Amino acid sequence: MIEITRDEIDFEAVTKSVFSDTSGAVATFLGTARQDEDGKNLVMLDYDAYPEMAVKKMEQVRDEIMERWPADKVSIVHRFGPIGVQVVSVAIAVSCPHRKEAFDACEYAINRIKEIVPVWKKEVYEDGSEWVEQLGK
Amino acid sequence: MITVKFFASAADIVQQRESKMEVIDGQNVSDLLDTLCSEYPRLEMLRPALRVAVNHEYANDEDPIHDGDEVALIPPVSGGRE
Repeated sequence: MIEITRDEIDFEAVTKSVFSDTSGAVATFLGTARQDEDGKNLVMLDYDAYPEMAVKKMEQVRDEIMERWPADKVSIVHRFGPIGVQVVSVAIAVSCPHRKEAFDACEYAINRIKEIVPVWKKEVYEDGSEWVEQLGK
Repeated sequence: MITVKFFASAADIVQQRESKMEVIDGQNVSDLLDTLCSEYPRLEMLRPALRVAVNHEYANDEDPIHDGDEVALIPPVSGGRE
């Protein structure tokens, strides 16, 4: 399951989509919108996306994982549009025979998504907004 | 004619999401950025961090642009610390 959507992410469905007879471990990562540390009052996050390319790049992340780990299945669902605090913005699930490879592959997935998937986060405050584009942030 | 798509801060600068442009024969990605930056000087600030995609794949400065291509300006994709 590789999708980009404006709708709420059903992360239980994302997790279940990678279950397989040969997997003893499923690792799921959820990215959630949070208040920033600097004390400004965040109203919401507003994600911009290039949907056609985002899907292609998420498929690339999946393919890279399948090459590097003995993963059975990989699912990635990214949300875009306005998202409130505590709401899931991205869900990743990886199933593998053993837990270490599942954890490692899942971490690799979120790091690669941040590098190559064209989705941008705008923090919207009561008194303005800004794109979160600084590298390494 | 090519389609140029703008996202996030790049869309804010050019005040549009999509534009149709004529391509000159032999033009590459760097030439197109030169044209866009002269039209929208504030893009120049973003340029060092900007990536360009041609037909949904990241492209290099020297890569050629052809009639009918879909080109996108990709500001740094980020968000979330490790």
